[in-house]
Amino acid sequence: MTRTLTLIRRRLVGSIFVLLIVVIGTFLLLEAAPGDAVDAYIVSTGGDAGMIELLRHRWGLDQSELTRLANYLWALLHLDLGQSVTFSRPIRDVILERLPNTLLLMVSATALSFGLGSALGIYAGARPGSFRDRFLSIGSLALYAVPGFWLGLVLIVVFAVDLRWLPIGGIETLASDKTGLDRVADIAVHLILPVSALGFIYLALYLRMMRAGMAEVWRQDFVLAARAKGLSRRRIVLAHVARNALLPLVTMLGLQSAQMLGGSVVIESVFSVPGLGRLAQEAVASRDTPLLLGIILTSAVLVIVINLAVDIAYAFLDPRVGAGEADA
Amino acid sequence: MSGFTISRRTMLAGSAMLLASTAMPAPGWAQTPKKGGRLVLAADSEPRNLNPAIVASNGVFFISSKIVETLAEASFDGKDGLAPRLALSWEGAADGLSATFKLRDGVKWHDGKPFTSADVAFSALQIWKPLQNLGRTVFKDLASVDTPDDLTAIFKFAKPTPFQLIRNALPALSSVVPKHIYEVGKIEDNPANNAPIGTGPFKFGEYKAGQYYRLTKNTDYWGKHEPYLDEIIYQVLPDRTSAASALEAEEIQLAAFSAVPLADLDRISKVPGLKVISKGYEGLTYQLVVEINHRRKELADLKVRQAIAHAIDKDFVIKTVFLGYAATATGPVPKNDPQFYTADVPTYAFDVAKANALLDEAGYKKGPDGKRFTLKLLPAPYFNETKQFGDYLRQALAAIGIDAELVNNDSAAHIKAVYTDHAFDLAVGPPVFRGDPAISTTILVQSGIPDGVPFSNQGGYKNDALDALIAKASETLDASARTDLYKEFQKEVATDLPLINVAEWSFISVARDTVGNIANNPRWAVSNWADTYLES
Repeated sequence: MTRTLTLIRRRLVGSIFVLLIVVIGTFLLLEAAPGDAVDAYIVSTGGDAGMIELLRHRWGLDQSELTRLANYLWALLHLDLGQSVTFSRPIRDVILERLPNTLLLMVSATALSFGLGSALGIYAGARPGSFRDRFLSIGSLALYAVPGFWLGLVLIVVFAVDLRWLPIGGIETLASDKTGLDRVADIAVHLILPVSALGFIYLALYLRMMRAGMAEVWRQDFVLAARAKGLSRRRIVLAHVARNALLPLVTMLGLQSAQMLGGSVVIESVFSVPGLGRLAQEAVASRDTPLLLGIILTSAVLVIVINLAVDIAYAFLDPRVGAGEADA
Repeated sequence: MSGFTISRRTMLAGSAMLLASTAMPAPGWAQTPKKGGRLVLAADSEPRNLNPAIVASNGVFFISSKIVETLAEASFDGKDGLAPRLALSWEGAADGLSATFKLRDGVKWHDGKPFTSADVAFSALQIWKPLQNLGRTVFKDLASVDTPDDLTAIFKFAKPTPFQLIRNALPALSSVVPKHIYEVGKIEDNPANNAPIGTGPFKFGEYKAGQYYRLTKNTDYWGKHEPYLDEIIYQVLPDRTSAASALEAEEIQLAAFSAVPLADLDRISKVPGLKVISKGYEGLTYQLVVEINHRRKELADLKVRQAIAHAIDKDFVIKTVFLGYAATATGPVPKNDPQFYTADVPTYAFDVAKANALLDEAGYKKGPDGKRFTLKLLPAPYFNETKQFGDYLRQALAAIGIDAELVNNDSAAHIKAVYTDHAFDLAVGPPVFRGDPAISTTILVQSGIPDGVPFSNQGGYKNDALDALIAKASETLDASARTDLYKEFQKEVATDLPLINVAEWSFISVARDTVGNIANNPRWAVSNWADTYLES
């Protein structure tokens, strides 16, 4: 238990530096992009010199970059994410409104790709070189090669436009005033297509890792021993081969969380899901620096927490890992 | 209804169609409108500030014009192209120093308080003049607004102001908001900017960021039996392909403002139950313009500008970039404007040989590699069509030995590069003609505009004769004399080419057959929709 605590403590200290680098880096990158929030705003309104000056002053853009960065960090120290320039609302509220949708999408897609991917991987890896192994390997590679937005569009055309089985987008039926279980069911139905589009792409990764891991484990002595004991093939596959091949997949789960966040930008806009990814895209287009910083910080915290959870899980699954880091 | 469903082929008639559309009488409908129902339509952007008195832009009007009304609305058949809304009549004094508005009686704000001339005075003086993007220019000389009684508002100007301009500005610039809501605290921070309170046929219901806006019926509306719809839902669909799919899947009944890309219209017009409508945007004409940086010595030469004008095949642009949904332009006022347009201007026929000859004459001979000089070309990214025209222009310039280097930016970067940094040689821009050249058109060629003003002359162009013409028109009170000056203005622009007008286009709506009373005024998508209805 102390090992786990040490691990958490070390990670938290490290994370603070990571977050600081992320904030400053994002700030500088966005400052380097030509045009500011006022430039982005006047695209749709036009306006004279006086109005533009008024806006720059109101949005604090007439201050120097250094002042703005210092102000932001100072506010951050007090856990204040600041005010969104374009929404004229506290950034915390804007993000909290969208975060659940993105989390729901990510968790469901991860569950789909991890669950189905590893299951199919076991199925394929149980008989290496068989027809089903080859079929699944090639099929999953093909899926992996498909761009997410394309898969999303095809799913929309087939299941929403032609067959009309599922809604074309959104997170729930608009202005339907549904509550309780009805609402949960409604959201679930809306999630089917985006989760499939996001999940199926990463499915291949887990499938192939599982399969490759199993191929390796098959050659181990203990598998031979299990066979010699006369265990059934099913038991060997599930209890010995698959179980040992599962460990690297857990590591992958942590790493993939960052990828999933990236993938959700595209999927959220194809399926009109009001999530963090789409918000980030809008924040860049409107040069809303504090909003983008808030989103990136939230995402960074999310990725750090997920990876920490994975490491803790790993420490339990494989005691060598936790010990190694705690002693180092 | 068949009068509105158009095929691509009929639209290829192009300019003729645009011209005819303003002359056509308002549509007569066979059926009587039905009451009730929820209209769901696509919205591609989410304006943060919904107060149309502060932000006079199509994105804001699209939603807010149903909630907050203007003094008058554009009309196909009304006098001077206007129909009364909150004002019943308007009259300008001969000296240009005052304008009198008689207001509608018995109008109530959504919170139940009566609408009076005090609201008009407050909106004009506290919002349109100091805060509104367009009002700051048009109402700059507004000194006071007298309110002798609750239903009369008299605008007083410090300098003579042409009433023709004020009149033409009414549909876009005169949104009236309630004084009792806005007189407390800072106007820009008022919560009503995000949940507007107006006099319109619909009340603001709710806004779920990233999902939808809901407007609900105003049961106390002044219009008899209006509105017909119970609810309007704007579904936020940010992806360019979503609107077409949503229409086909019958999740939405209307996609306005060309939410369905031009390339999809041919296919979607064949879907049973859907109609493609190109009317209802005559008052929102966009102009495809080549902006020129006159600081480049080659481009400061009129012969070079003439050569570029001759190198552009306008008909080809209409056919390929706009798929027929546009008209060729002759000058800075669009052909479909009923008041100011004149065809009596120099034109530049597509003629590559002539363009090459002009460039030779100007002294820019082709080098051994066939190139005369290199230019930086920045197409505005706001529309697919401006980007595609950028690609076309690059090829057209190559044909006359000008090597154009395409620079693609996102919106904020483009605005900064062109209008603040002047880091362009040629740019492709889509300025809007707003019913009067003084609102947002003369600024495109006028000199002396500070750096950083978007959609203005930032190309360093200076023409004293043109400046004098613009100044004279701005203080000419007589409408016909003023109109003549703007005809001269068009001639001068087409002669000296401070910029090159290529095409004029507007938006397309796609709707279910069940949506009635579509496109019955020239600013339909941004009008109040009191008479829009749904057949069950």
